[in-house]
Amino acid sequence: MTLPIMPRAADFAYQVEDAATLLARFEQTPNWQERYRQIMLLGKELPCLTNELRLESAQVKGCESDAWLYHIEQDGKHYYLADSDTRIVKGLIGLLLSACHGKTQDQILAFDPAMYFKHLGLEGQLSPSRTNGLHALAKAMIDAVKP
Amino acid sequence: MTHLASTDSALPDSHSQIRSQFPTLTQMLGDYPLCYLDTAATSQKPQCVLDAMAQYYLQDNANVHRAAHQLSARATSSYEKVRDQLQVFINAKRREEIIFTHGTTESINLVAFGLTPQLKSGDLILIDSAAHHANIVPWQELAKRTGAIIKPIPLTQDCRLDLNAYQTLLALKPKVVALCHVSNALGTVNPVIELVQQAKAQGAITLVDGAQAVAHLSVDMAAIDCDFYVFSGHKMYGPTGIGVLYGRFEILDTLTPLLTGGEMIKRVSFDGTEFGSLPNRLEAGTPPISAVIGLGAAIDFLQLSLTPEVKAHEAELLQYLQNQLRALGDVHLYGAHHDNIGAVAFNLADEHHQDVGILLDQQGVAVRCGHHCAMPLMQTLNLKGCCRASIGIYTNKTDIDHFIAALASVKELLL
Repeated sequence: MTLPIMPRAADFAYQVEDAATLLARFEQTPNWQERYRQIMLLGKELPCLTNELRLESAQVKGCESDAWLYHIEQDGKHYYLADSDTRIVKGLIGLLLSACHGKTQDQILAFDPAMYFKHLGLEGQLSPSRTNGLHALAKAMIDAVKP
Repeated sequence: MTHLASTDSALPDSHSQIRSQFPTLTQMLGDYPLCYLDTAATSQKPQCVLDAMAQYYLQDNANVHRAAHQLSARATSSYEKVRDQLQVFINAKRREEIIFTHGTTESINLVAFGLTPQLKSGDLILIDSAAHHANIVPWQELAKRTGAIIKPIPLTQDCRLDLNAYQTLLALKPKVVALCHVSNALGTVNPVIELVQQAKAQGAITLVDGAQAVAHLSVDMAAIDCDFYVFSGHKMYGPTGIGVLYGRFEILDTLTPLLTGGEMIKRVSFDGTEFGSLPNRLEAGTPPISAVIGLGAAIDFLQLSLTPEVKAHEAELLQYLQNQLRALGDVHLYGAHHDNIGAVAFNLADEHHQDVGILLDQQGVAVRCGHHCAMPLMQTLNLKGCCRASIGIYTNKTDIDHFIAALASVKELLL
């Protein structure tokens, strides 16, 4: 049996901005331009996946663009590594990571993406009928911690 | 762009009169008016189409062809009248040559399935490289069933069908040639009359996908002379769920029905069943009656509204769209020729088409972003996907200006 390739544990050790700070900042954004500028900046700060890790087995289905997601659990906390070939989806992943990265199972299971994106002024982006895959990504992150 | 300004001023009353018949187009999306440039995916519907469908459900609702009562007679008469309308609309020889389907995809599936007994291992099927998946996959399935071989007809560098390569392929005596009239992803137009004539000279059965043509061009079966021509109602201002298969009677009558049961039989017993005659033979089950009636209203609308002046206006608007995209800078256009119909395919510099689409959507602009159900074409162009802006009879210069301004904002944000 061949084991699927996984990123190194050290790759998961990165900090994300906490959700409360993020929400406070997004409340200040005057228009969509600024909101999406912030989203793309957030994506830029995230680690990138190398080509070797951009595997079909790690792909999150339901995205028009390509998106990949890895997950590990360490000492009762959950860590993610995710990437996308589009700037906005990567930024949206960043928003999800602020809510889930480094959190406990209970915290992640209690996470309500619909409410979260509503507070961010981005509820329109979460619909499953959208091809950005945000709905699928949120579901994949939550499903990853389910026993 | 003075030539367009003059066209717009020559048309304002009649054009705003056309546009005002489409209720969806007046809405706001947040702070922005809807700028609908996704007509190639589906057109908006004029009030007359909505009214015709409501009228059927409000007053005439009954199944067609069977019950001996007045409602059914009215419904049947409205339904069959649309077949007559279509015969005139596309200049078919006989009304029995018009088959109602659920859309272009089903129409092609009916043909590809129906031809199964007529193909054998090693037979050749030629497919337009710019084809929509609906004009590829049913042929691949036919090839699987019969052992036939698929060969794509390549494109030239400028995204037109390679006519020299086409000649070479035709010399191999293909059994089937599947073409598109207008490419859905690029808006390029094929010289179908010539292409069909050459294919027929080699004895091929010809099918032309007219899904992107019928809303913009007059299509004439006597002139094109193909064996099959297929299109959808919802891309020509009619409802979804209704499509048309035109087939030359002699060959249409040889198709094995894909769907059986319902009104398509002549006699059924447990010893065997005899199929009915065309057109019913290929219309099993209760058809989408209200959608057929809606399509009839859409044809009335097109016959009244798609005048030579309006066609010229649409052509100039597409030119204007191409020119404004070029003028914006950092925009790659794909296969954008002066004689294209309805659509422009583009990318903004090296930006992902989805990022561009999301940011245009923020400004009320509806365009399609993706592979446009033409993955082989995207592979030929070496693209993951692109954006497509497409126009319809209701599109005006303000829409184009709104779109270009929105794309300029996207450019400022991304580049």
